[in-house]
Order: sequence, then C-alpha cells, then structure tokens
Amino acid sequence: MVTNPLTKNIDMSRPPLDIGGYEANDGYQSLHKIAAGLGSADVLETIKSSGLKGRGGAGFPTGLKWSFVPQGESSPEQKYLVVNADEMEPGTFKDRLLLEGDPHLLLEGMIIGAYTIGASKAYIFLRGEYHGSVRTLKQAIAEAYARGYLGSNILGTGYDLDIILHTSAGRYICGEETALLNALEGKRANPRAKPPFPQVSGLWGKPTIVNNVETMCNLPGIITYGVDWYRSLGKGEDAGTKMFGVSGRVKSPGCWEMPLGVTIRELIEDKAGGMQDGLGLKAFLPGGGSTDFMLPEHLDLALDYDEISKKGGSRLATGTMIILDDQTCPVGMIGNLMKFYAHESCGFCTPCRDGLPWVDAIFREFESGRGSEKDLNILKEQVEYMGPGRTFCALAPGATAPLGSGLRYFEEDFKDHIRRKRCTYKD
Amino acid sequence: MAKIVVDGNEYKVNPENNLLQECLSLGLDLPYFCWHPCMGSVGACRQCAVKQYRDENDETGTIVMACMTPAADGARISIADEQANDMRERVIESLMISHPHDCPVCEEGGECHLQDMTLMSGHNYRRYDKKKVTHHNQYLGPFINHEMNRCITCYRCVRFYDDYAGGTDLSAQASHHHTYFGRHEEGTLENEFSGNLVEVCPTGVFTDKVFSQAYTRKWDLQTAPSICAGCSTGCNITPGERYGSLRRIVNRYNSEVNGYFICDRGRFGWEYVNGEERVNKPLQLTDNESKEMSDEEIDRLFGDLAKGEVIGIGSPRSSNESNYALRKFVGAANFYPGIADDEHSINQLILKLHKDRAFHVPSVREIEQADAVFIVGEDITNTSARIALAIRQSARNQAKELASLNNIPVWQDAAVRELAQKERSPLYILSNAATRLDDVAKQTLIGTCAEQARFAFAVAEALSGVVPTDLSTEHEELLSEVVGVLRAAKRPLIVSGSSNGSIELVKAAANVARALSGDGPANLALVLQEANTMGLELLVNPGQMLSTALQKCAAGEVSNVIVLENDLYRRASTASVNRALAKAETVVVLDQMHSPTTAKATHVFPVTAFSEQESTYVNYESRAQLSFQVHRPVTDARPGWRWLTEGNGDINSIISACSEESEGFGSLDGLVPRLSQFAAGLKIPRQSHRYSGRTAMIANLNVHEPKQPTDTESVMAFSMEGMPAMKDASILGSAWAPSWNSNQSISKFQEEVNGELKQGHTGTLLLTAKTETGAFFPPEVGEIDVDSDQLALSLAFHIFGSEELSARSPSIQKRMTDAYVALAPADAARLNIKHGESVLLDGDSVALACIREKIPKGSCVVHCGAQLNRHDLALKVSLTKAGEAVVRRGLTSLIVSDLCEESY
Repeated sequence: MVTNPLTKNIDMSRPPLDIGGYEANDGYQSLHKIAAGLGSADVLETIKSSGLKGRGGAGFPTGLKWSFVPQGESSPEQKYLVVNADEMEPGTFKDRLLLEGDPHLLLEGMIIGAYTIGASKAYIFLRGEYHGSVRTLKQAIAEAYARGYLGSNILGTGYDLDIILHTSAGRYICGEETALLNALEGKRANPRAKPPFPQVSGLWGKPTIVNNVETMCNLPGIITYGVDWYRSLGKGEDAGTKMFGVSGRVKSPGCWEMPLGVTIRELIEDKAGGMQDGLGLKAFLPGGGSTDFMLPEHLDLALDYDEISKKGGSRLATGTMIILDDQTCPVGMIGNLMKFYAHESCGFCTPCRDGLPWVDAIFREFESGRGSEKDLNILKEQVEYMGPGRTFCALAPGATAPLGSGLRYFEEDFKDHIRRKRCTYKD
Repeated sequence: MAKIVVDGNEYKVNPENNLLQECLSLGLDLPYFCWHPCMGSVGACRQCAVKQYRDENDETGTIVMACMTPAADGARISIADEQANDMRERVIESLMISHPHDCPVCEEGGECHLQDMTLMSGHNYRRYDKKKVTHHNQYLGPFINHEMNRCITCYRCVRFYDDYAGGTDLSAQASHHHTYFGRHEEGTLENEFSGNLVEVCPTGVFTDKVFSQAYTRKWDLQTAPSICAGCSTGCNITPGERYGSLRRIVNRYNSEVNGYFICDRGRFGWEYVNGEERVNKPLQLTDNESKEMSDEEIDRLFGDLAKGEVIGIGSPRSSNESNYALRKFVGAANFYPGIADDEHSINQLILKLHKDRAFHVPSVREIEQADAVFIVGEDITNTSARIALAIRQSARNQAKELASLNNIPVWQDAAVRELAQKERSPLYILSNAATRLDDVAKQTLIGTCAEQARFAFAVAEALSGVVPTDLSTEHEELLSEVVGVLRAAKRPLIVSGSSNGSIELVKAAANVARALSGDGPANLALVLQEANTMGLELLVNPGQMLSTALQKCAAGEVSNVIVLENDLYRRASTASVNRALAKAETVVVLDQMHSPTTAKATHVFPVTAFSEQESTYVNYESRAQLSFQVHRPVTDARPGWRWLTEGNGDINSIISACSEESEGFGSLDGLVPRLSQFAAGLKIPRQSHRYSGRTAMIANLNVHEPKQPTDTESVMAFSMEGMPAMKDASILGSAWAPSWNSNQSISKFQEEVNGELKQGHTGTLLLTAKTETGAFFPPEVGEIDVDSDQLALSLAFHIFGSEELSARSPSIQKRMTDAYVALAPADAARLNIKHGESVLLDGDSVALACIREKIPKGSCVVHCGAQLNRHDLALKVSLTKAGEAVVRRGLTSLIVSDLCEESY
C-alpha cells in the first residue's frame, strides 16, 4: 500500500506529472467513485471518520469544519471553497513543494471538497511570489478542464465546478482566512470578526470553506484508499501523514512527508542529518515562526498535535521547524521575527498594530547594545498584552509565542545584552 | 429583557445589544473608541476590555471586548477587574506611542474623547521612548483640518464617511502602524456630511477649519440649544459664541430628528452672522443716501404705518413670532407669504395632506426605518440633506433583516455589511438629473417633471389596480418593479417636496402613498424649502398670493409695504418686484443682511440672526421646536417681532399670543420652559462652569468688571451661575458630564443609548389632528411644447449655494459654483457649446454650460444660485453662446457623478 500519499508523485528533478501520468498512479480515482454514486454526505462522513485535521496550523478537524456549512433548500445556493495557498509563515515551505511537485493532487482534493460542501466555485489564493506554482497550477487546471474534471456537468454527475487561480498582492495577514477573504473580494486585508464564521458568511457573504493546500492534498488518498488505510498511516494519535520541514543550520535542511507521530529526533537527526559540525542544538520552533520554542529535552516527543501542545508547550502548527543553534543569538533571531510581524500587522487592532512596533523597537535597541531592564520588563508585559483573546485575530498572539517562550528560555541572553551593552554572539 | 451581572450588581438589559452599549446605557463608565452608537461595533480598538466569567463559580474569567460580546442573559462581567483595567491602560498606552501629546495646541483639547478615555483608563506616564511615526497632512478643503499624527487608528472616520454617509474619497491606506486615513490625493472632501468627522473622530485628526480661524476652547464658548435655520428638517444644533461673535456649530442630539449628525451646510454655513453685510442700524434710505434713524423717528414711522393699510410680506426663514407679529401689525387680510406663488400653492397642498387620514408624516428617525423608499422628484440631498442621510440608512434595513435571519446581531457592523454585500432595501428615484443617492438606488429614472409625475401617477394607479392611462411603454418594466416592491414593503415611504415648483409631483406622490394606505396611514414625507416654511404657511390665509401683494403695490392700491426677512427677488420675477417697489411709497424691510430688496427699501431695520434670538420654527413634519438665544447681537439688531410690537413685548408673551391667536399653534406655548420648573428658580447658565476670563475679557477697554447682562425673558442666563444641565437634559446646550468632556458625554443624558434625552424635548407636532379625508388627484400632467431649438427647463439645487443666508458665508462660497445650465452631450454638440463656456438663456440670463451625461436630450437643468432669478426663467429656453465668459467660481466645486468635463 501507499505510505506517502502526498509526495508519491513528486520528483523535483523533473516537471510534475501531467494529467495522464497522474491518473496512471491512481489519480482522480475519487472522481470516478463520485460519478459512480458516492454522495456528498458519504464523502463528508468519510472525511469525518478519517480523523483528518487541518494542516494550515490550527489542526481543526476538517470534516467537522465542513459540516458547519448550511445545506438544504433554505441555505444560500452559492457556496465557495477557497484554498489558502498564501504560504508566508516564517520557515514554512511545505505547500510550495506540493504545488510545484504535484498540482493535480491539489485539484483532485479541491474537487472532492467543493463537491462535498456544494460549492460551484473554488479559488486558489496563492502567494504572489510563488511564480513556479503559478505555472504548474495553470497547466494542471487547463488539463483538468480539458479532461472534463472541471467545468460543467463533471463526468455526467450534473455537478459544476470552476477553479479560479488568484495570486495575492502579498501580505502575511492574507494567510488569516478571513483577511484572505477580504483580500479576495478586493478589500483591505483586515481580518473579520468571528462569529460569524466563513462557513456561514464567507466570501461575498456566502457560505465558504477555507482550507490549507496540504489539507486538500490529503483528500484524494482518503477517498481512493479508504479510512482504515488513512488512519493506519499515523504512528500516534493522529491520522495520516504530514509534510515536515527543517530549516536552520542542520546538515541537510528540507521538506519531507512523514507519518504523524514520529519523533522530533527522527526528523532532525535522520531526515535533516543533525546539526552542522561544531554546532549544538539550542532550541527550535516546531511549526513556523508563530510557535513557542522547544528545547533539546523535547526531542523524543512525537510529532503529533496533542503531544506537542501538552508536553512540549508549543504547537505542531505547520510542522516546519526552525532550528536555533548554540552559536546564533536567540535575541537576534526573535528580533528578526518581531520585525517581520510588526511589519505584517494589518493595522486594525491596537495591541498588534502598536504593540509589535514597540517590541520591534526594543529589540533593535538590544541588538545595538542599548537594551535596558525597563524594556525587558515591557517585553514581558507585551506578551500578555498581545495574548489570545486580547487581539482581533491570531497574528499578534502568534508573534508572542516565540517572544514569550524566548524570554522564558533565554532570559540570560537578554540580560547579557544589557550587562555587556552588546551582542555577545557577534565576537 | 436579560439579566446580567456587572461587578456583582445585577442589571436588566436588552439582550439584542452588546455589553458595551448596555453598560453605557446603565450609566457605567467604560472606555471605548471604535464603537459608535449609530455605527455599531467592529472590535478594532480593544479599549472596552472587560473580564467575563462563565458562571458564579468561575473566578479566573477571560478578557473579552464588551462591544463584541452580546449582553446575553446570565452574562457576568467585571469592569473593575484588575486585569481588565490593566488591559485598558495598556491599550491607551500603546495607541498613543506615536501620538504627539500636543493637547495644548490641539483644537480637540478640552473636548477630546482620547483625553477623557486616557484619564479614565488610568494611563498617565509615557514609557515609550523610541522614535514616533509621523505622517503627512493633507489639504481637505475649506471645512476640515487634517492632523494625521494625532490619529489613534480607530477607523471611525472611514466607517462614518464611507460606510455610513456613502463617501468615496476618504480611505484607510497603508498598513501596520503606518495606517493612514486620508484622500487619494489632496483636495476637498466631497461628501456633504464631512463635517461630522470633527465629532466622529475621537481626537484631533479632523478638526473644524472654520472654527480654527477664531478658535476657542469648548469651555469658553457661550452656548444654548438651537435649531438649524438651513432647511426644513429642523436639525438640533449647538452654536457657540465668544467675544460677541459666533464661532462654530456642532450637532445637538435629538432622537427624533438629527440624532448624532448634521450636514455641512448646517455646520459651516453660519459665518454670515458675523459678516460685514449685516444690517447694523435702523436706516432711512433716500436717493443715494442712508441715514440712521432715531428712536422717535422709528416710533413715528411704525405709528404712521399702523394707522393706514399696509401690506405685510412674511418670511419662510423667519420665526413664527416675527411672522405672527407682522400678521398682527398689518391684519390677516394684508398678510402675504413671502413665498413664490407656485411654491405657496404646493405648500398649502402639503398642509392639507398633513391633515389627511391616509398619511403619516415620518420623522427622520422613522424615515431611517423604511424598508422601501420612492422619491418623487425631490433632490433630497441638496434640499434637505439630513433626510437623504436617513434614506441612505434605510437602504440598509434589508441587510439588518438578513443578519437577523443568520443570527448575526445588527450591531456587528462589519459582519452585517459583509453578509449583505449589495443587498439593499429598495430605493427608487425619479429625478431631473443624476442624484447623490443613486449609488444606493435600485434605479433612478431621469426625466422632466412632467415625465416623473406621469410615472408616479401610473405607479399609484397600478397600486390601486387600475391600468395606467398614460405611460410610455419603455417604463412598463420599471413600473411593475416599483409597484411590486412598494406593495410588498412593510414600511414603505414616499418622498417628495416643493423645490421643483411642480404641484403635479406632489399630487402624484400623494396618490402613490394613498394607494398604499390600506390598514393604516402610509408614510409620506414632503419636504419644504426653508426652516420655517411650514410655520409661515400655517399663519397665512391659504388664498393670499405674493403676486397679488405685488400687483396691489404696483397698481398703487396700497402704498406701504413691510417686508420681513426676505429678498423678494428670490420669490418673484425681477420685473414684478421692480414694479411693486418702485410704486410703493414706504418700503420697510426688516432683515439680517443687505440684499437687492433692501437696496430698494425706504427703511431698513436690522434683525437678529438665529443665534441672537429666542424663537420657534416648524419643520417639514410640523414639528415646532424652540431655539434659544445664544448670544447678544453686537449691533442694534432685534428680533423682527420686536420692531413690530408696540411696547416691544417679550418673547414669552409673543409666543403665548401666537399660540392663542393662531390656528394650529395651540401647543406652541408648551415649548417654552418656565423658571418655576427649575430647582430654586435658578436659571440655566449659557456659560460652562469652566468659562474663563470673565473678569478680563474687556480689560483692554475697561478694567472694571461689568455686571453680567441679565436676560429678563429667557430661562437661560448670560452667565456661569445657575443650575447647569447635569442629570437631565431639559435644556442641554453643550453636553458635559464628569469625566466626559467630549460630545460622547451625550450617553449620560440619554434614557438609553440612542434613546430620548432624559426630560429632553424632541419638539411638538402642531398638526396632529387628522381632519381630512382626501381622494386621489386626477392624474393630469400639463405638457410644455418645446420647439426643436429649445430645451425644457427644470431646476437644480445645491446644498452649498441654493440657500440664501449660508450662501453668504465665505467657507460655503468656496464650495459654490456659478449659475449653470446643465445639458446633454448631444444638445451641447448640436449647439456647439463646450463645458464651462458662458451661455445666454433666451438671450438674456448668463450661466455657465455644464455638460452632464445623464441629462436627457432636449432638456436642461438650471442652477440659479444668487446670480439668476428662477422666476425670470421660462419653462423652455433657447441657449446661445455668450460673448465673453464671466467666470467667478466656475464649476470646479460641482460634485456630480455624470460630468462630461473631459470629453467636451
């Protein structure tokens, strides 16, 4: 049986498989199952029981999310599926591999998702800088239309679906699903209040599901090979495989598909080849820039949504790690992230808009040797001030994850900057 | 009702609202910025953080934003909680990291919501010592100053200007802490309600530029409750005075009329009061000479006049009292309306319709609640702007309904707008040109007054099940659409008015409303042209025509005439006024400003402006409202009635007399508060308890402190002493409450947020008795034969320029255009006329040509301003090029959607 459903067709030394090649490797089987009578309610049940969780970062059960879309006569006829391909999380490049390596997998997933919720239009909201993905997606979409997998009356089912590729003008906040919807509507990319959730009032006020690229790529396997196969892929509590990545000063940084539940050590040491010679592992962010630092003592925890949050004090999130080695200044690393988040705040709510620039300004002073105890205390205050529930969306709470955990784990480094009036890593 | 617990105390609240609104309704102090009582919640500023507990056992709680949390039954919150308090303090601290702290030189200082909330939150020490973000300020036109560095990014300005008022030229730009609120480029803010930014902005980003020219702190202004004299809506305002000159006008809350907002004409159109064109002294005018009159001469003049027959011409912009006094002076038989004949006939018809059982005349608040609106011919934005703003809100009722169906609370402003997108309650407009409400209208049918009337008559017929007799087939589809919408609506509203001088439009509108009145009366809003048109029409005998008065003068039948606050050249043709005034022996004109009419007078008497007198006005719905005197005139001006009343009388007795002796005015007297109502008989001070400099104000002239002037007539005093409005709002000029120095303090005076003012007065409707049972008017529409080389003529109005007095204010003049004639591109091409060129109307009147895409071929729309007399114009004209172009203001200030400036 297949053990790497997300990457089985990917070989970056050649262009992605065309529709023929893709179909030859079990591609678009799910569509034929649907054409043979698999109803949308059946698909929804299947996805629910598969245990698939959203791969965008929050890990929310996908089937459950879909079930909130109002159905039936009284619901709005127009519904939308939107794929969040605005991959801008610092350290994250997993969706890009899928988009450039096997675009048909995404399209097949989208057709399944759109069919299930009854959407006749689906959008791919793509990060503007992903020029390679534009090329692969455009070609794949054209092939799918030509084959009758998109358009009207797909495979004689009477079901219509159009997929529209939209490239973002480029802001990190567009990755927030409601800000993404505003951007897609041509408005300012500010997030929206929830509730109402997009499932009820999303794109142009219509019921909308927003899913991550990788989430969509999990769907074809589940429908084609079944729930039992899918659940058996995971090694721990969570079902399926996941894209994991490692960046930083390891021997071979990269991105790999692995079963959920393997240990962090396996990822860092086996896949990424361990730390570069002469460097030690100081800490790592397990799932992109918006997750709390974890320490070497956490290396044997399983890469699993629950375990990372309960035992590691962080979040699995995108599953793409950023490694901090022992010769890189943690203050500098966090400062770099803060600069990014301060610049990417949409400017809507006060704590994020005005808190992050303050944090950023403090980090600049620390780096230039002008850090102070007073400012260190302000940093600690800002972590709470920008915490969950206090801001309008998750951007600032995400930014405070490396900040808060960094202040906790590396307090001495901060104090060293104050005492010596310089960065001691830069000797 | 739901029960909530706030800091251990149980309260009953409305679960349809959010916690912030309910806390404010309960009188609790909870800081906020982005929430606005009229615009709901968006959750941007995070200032109203409170601690919410799951149940009585929950001691940890979570921080939530009160404005984004429903006041659901059982909700338990704490405002006083330390964490919540700390959060609110941190929010203030961080939103002020780039604030310039320039309060001493900021014009918002002293009435700044940001100052108030800062104090309330407890933040007092600035810890941010890094570099501030600074912004570039823009030129935004004659009304508004821009100082972006003060911005705290609450998004209220764009939410008001774009979302609420339909503006398109103010936006949020850039992002993160560089977010900028301004225009795409420097230039005049186009929207007619831009002035409200001054009050909507919680700090000093948008300030009043006209006020800037002679700025005074709020606490140093002498104020009193007043009524706007700009149109027939009757918005409540608070003018402020210092050193004998009027300084500014701000909105004064009235739940039934203007709520929180007024238009820019009302806010900025007051400068004429201080102007040099005021009549200052009683003058006797002989050929080329004017002589100040002595008291004896004045007594003799009025004494002589009283002995014989005098024609009195009343004024729709003068108070009830002055019109009443004139009527009493000359006798009802000689009292004529200072209103053009055609308009007077329409006004009298409107009066009749007011009394008709089939109709209900809605207040502005009720207009906002309409779920389908049909405007018949009135360019409401330019004639009664505040009502247009209400109609714009009514278009959102569909969105609110949709939201309720989807369990989205209506106060979730952004969510409701997102859900509804372009779903709007239907609005259909009949007009002679594109209007400023077209963007929210389902359709605007542009045609001549006759075409509009025909269409509206057909709507009425179709609603009554009659096959329309007279309708061109091209409109059949629209007809059935309008009929279907109006029939299906629960609260349909028909709007029309007298501005076009077409009685057919009003009759047709009435027919539509009558056809809709089944189980109950139908909403029919008929706007009049001036602040007290309704009052004058109630005082005058219906058959009295201005033309009759002018003819009597011209024929020498009566040789004495008194003109009250009127420029007759705006009321009748130049020739007929000239004839009348030339023949009359004595022409006494009582007015505020010199005008073409005062130039022809034998005697001119200075009359007080709206802010210099206590008076009553009646608005379009027959709502009589009392306007207090704000300040004493620096000139010899007196209220019109005082010149005309023997022994001069006092305001209370003149209102009583008017109330007793005039039919329909029975309840007028009830508007006047009596001193006995107030604690210990203390007067209400016009000056705030912080009023400064009283002993020093005239020290440059005399070091002795003068005695405060006593106001022997009013319950208000020209003083700081007395019993200020603190707990109730029976007489509330300038709202102030402890810790609430800005206009946001109004919530302390409301029964509940958006409710009536505590013990406040929303005015008294004079026409409450429905005594008439009318019938459908015959759908007759007069035709005008227009030759092929002529254009059918109708009128255009402009919020800036069409009203007589405001048009003499310098800031308003910067927004005015020259007189123009708007015509279709095809006609312009045929006549070889280019946009902006001078043209002659019938070889006589000069106007600028204005080419507009949507003007129907074969017709033209003329804006007269002060340059042309509409009564000199025929209903059809031929246009020819004028030799030399006479351009004073040009057409650059014209804000219309269909200008063809570029291509012609």
